[in-house]
Amino acid sequence: MIPPLFLTPDEWSALRLSLLVASVATLASLLPGLAVAYLLARREFRGRALLDGLVHLPLILPPVVTGYLLLLAFGRRGWVGPALAEIGIVFSFRWTGAALACAVMGFPLMVRAMRLSFEAVDRKLEQAAGTLGASPVAVFLVVTLPLALPGILAGAVLAFAKAMGEFGATITFVSNIPGETQTLPAAIYTLTQVPGGEAGALRLTLVSVALSMAALLASEWLARRARNRLSA
Amino acid sequence: MIEVAVRHARGAFALDAAFTAEGRVTALFGRSGSGKSTLVDVIAGLVRPDQGRIVVDGVTLLDTGTRLRVPVHRRRIGYVFQEARLLPHLSVRQNLLFGRWFSRDRAGGPSLAAVADLLGIAPLLDRRPAGLSGGERQRVAIGRALLARPRLLLMDEPLSALDEARKAEILPYVARLRDEARVPIVYVSHAVAEVARLADTVVVLDQGRVAACGPAAEVLRRSALFPGRETGETGALLQLRIATHDDAFGLTRLEGAPGRLTVPRLPLPAGASVRVRVRARDVLVAREVPPSLSARNVLPGTVTAVIPGDGPHARVEIACGDAVLVAQVTRLAAHELALAPGLPVVAIVKSVAFDEETIGVLEI
Repeated sequence: MIPPLFLTPDEWSALRLSLLVASVATLASLLPGLAVAYLLARREFRGRALLDGLVHLPLILPPVVTGYLLLLAFGRRGWVGPALAEIGIVFSFRWTGAALACAVMGFPLMVRAMRLSFEAVDRKLEQAAGTLGASPVAVFLVVTLPLALPGILAGAVLAFAKAMGEFGATITFVSNIPGETQTLPAAIYTLTQVPGGEAGALRLTLVSVALSMAALLASEWLARRARNRLSA
Repeated sequence: MIEVAVRHARGAFALDAAFTAEGRVTALFGRSGSGKSTLVDVIAGLVRPDQGRIVVDGVTLLDTGTRLRVPVHRRRIGYVFQEARLLPHLSVRQNLLFGRWFSRDRAGGPSLAAVADLLGIAPLLDRRPAGLSGGERQRVAIGRALLARPRLLLMDEPLSALDEARKAEILPYVARLRDEARVPIVYVSHAVAEVARLADTVVVLDQGRVAACGPAAEVLRRSALFPGRETGETGALLQLRIATHDDAFGLTRLEGAPGRLTVPRLPLPAGASVRVRVRARDVLVAREVPPSLSARNVLPGTVTAVIPGDGPHARVEIACGDAVLVAQVTRLAAHELALAPGLPVVAIVKSVAFDEETIGVLEI
C-alpha cells in the first residue's frame, strides 16, 4: 500500500515542532559545545576528567533516566525550575523543555566530533601564526576554527539528527502534548498505539528517513567542500 | 645586536648557552640534539626556559630575573621553520599578508610586491599552499615572516627538508635577503657550506653549550668544532674581488688579501665581491714551488701553526698576505716536511676545487 504523501494537520504540526526543537537545540549547544570541545582538546586543568565524564553521561545513561533527571532539576517543583520560572524561563511541558532534552542528548555527539577536529589541527600552524603577531584569540578565530570547520559542521549535523530522533528523554521530561511537546518520534509512537494509525505512522516514518538522509548528505557535502578548500 | 643567555633543563637534556652576536647573519651551528632548535624556540618565545635573558636591538624580550616575558605574538620575531607551515586554508597572498595585518599599526618594512619580487613568488600569489613545490613553499614562508615587519628573523634549518636542487634554488634568495632586507637573521644549520656562504658570526653549540662564538672566518677554520662529515668542509673563508675573466679558458681571476686566485668562470661582473671558502682538505703544502704544476693557485706564505689531530691528520695554518689559509695534511707529511711556525711554504689549490658550493656572491 502506498500511503498518501500529504500529511494531516496534526502530523504537520509534529514535523514543524521537531524541526523547531532540533534547530533550537543545535544552535543553542553550538557555543557551549565549541567551548567544551576546545577545553577537552587543548587544555590541561583540574576536573578535566569530571567534565569529560559529565558530557558523555547522556550517551551512556538510559534516555529515560536523563529525562527524569531533567524533570527533577527543571520541573515545576524541581531544584532550579522554580527559580528559572521567576525570571520567565519555563521548561516543563513546553517545547523549550523538548529542546533542552534534545540538546543534552545530542551534546556528547557534538562535542566528540568537534574535539576530534580540534585535536587534528596542527599546533605547529598555530605556533607559526603566533610568531606572525596573532594573539591567542586571533589564532583561534583565524587558524584553529577554520581548520576545524569540517568537524564542527559534522558535530552540528550529528546533534541535529540526534535531536530529530530523540524520544525517551523528551517524553519523560515534557510528556507528549500534541502541538507543544509532541515531536516526530512521539507522534509516530502515538500513532502506532491507536487503531488505524498505521498509515500516519508510515507517512511520518518516510518523512523521518528523508530528513535523516538529507542531513547526512548535507554534512558529507559540507565536509568535502571544506576538505577541497584545503587541498586545491 | 642580539644577546642571548638561556638555561633550560628537560629530562636528561640541559641547555646552558649564552652568546652575543652583532652583524647581519648569525649562524647557530650544531649537530642534531645540540639544542639549537630549542634555543631558537626560546628566542621566539615558543619555549619557556627555566632561566634566561634575551635582548634584541636593545629591547628586552625575556628576563626571568625581573619576571619579564613578552608573549610570542608581541615579540616581532619572524620565524621560518624547517617545514614551511603555511596556512592551508589561505591563498599564498593571504599567507604573505597574514603577519602584515597584525603589524598594521607599524609603518615601514618591505611591500608585498617587493618581497614577492625578491623571492621570485609573484606568479604564485593566487595559488593555494597545497599546490606549491617544497622550494616554493619555503620561499613563501620566508616572505611571510619578512612582511610581518620583524625585528629579527629566525631561520631554523629552512633548507633541511629540501633536496640539493631546491637548496641551490633558495640559498641565493637567503643571501639576497641578508644584503637587501636589512633584517638581522639568526640562521640555524648543520651544514658548513650554508654557514660559510651566509654568516658573519658563527655560534657553535655542542650538547647544549656554546663551544665557540666569533667571526665566521675564525670559527670555520677550527675543524674540531665541526664533527663528522662536516670536518672536511671547514677551512679558510676569504673575501675576494673579481679582477678579470678569461673567456678563452673559462676562468675567473680573483684578487684579495691572500693574493690572486684562479677559479672556474663566475657569472658575475668584474669588481663584484665574492666570499670564497677554501676547504682545508683541498690545500696542498710544499716547501718550494714545484715545477710544471697543473694546479693554478700557488700562494706563498708562512706557517703560523701546526695543529696535530687525533687521527692521521694535522692542520697547518699558513699566513698568505693578510689572510690565513688552512691545509689539512697527514701528520706524517707535517713531520717529513718539518713544518713549523715561521717556515716559508707555498699553499697550492687546484682551480677545480672551487665550485658553487664554495663561492658565494657577497655584494654586487
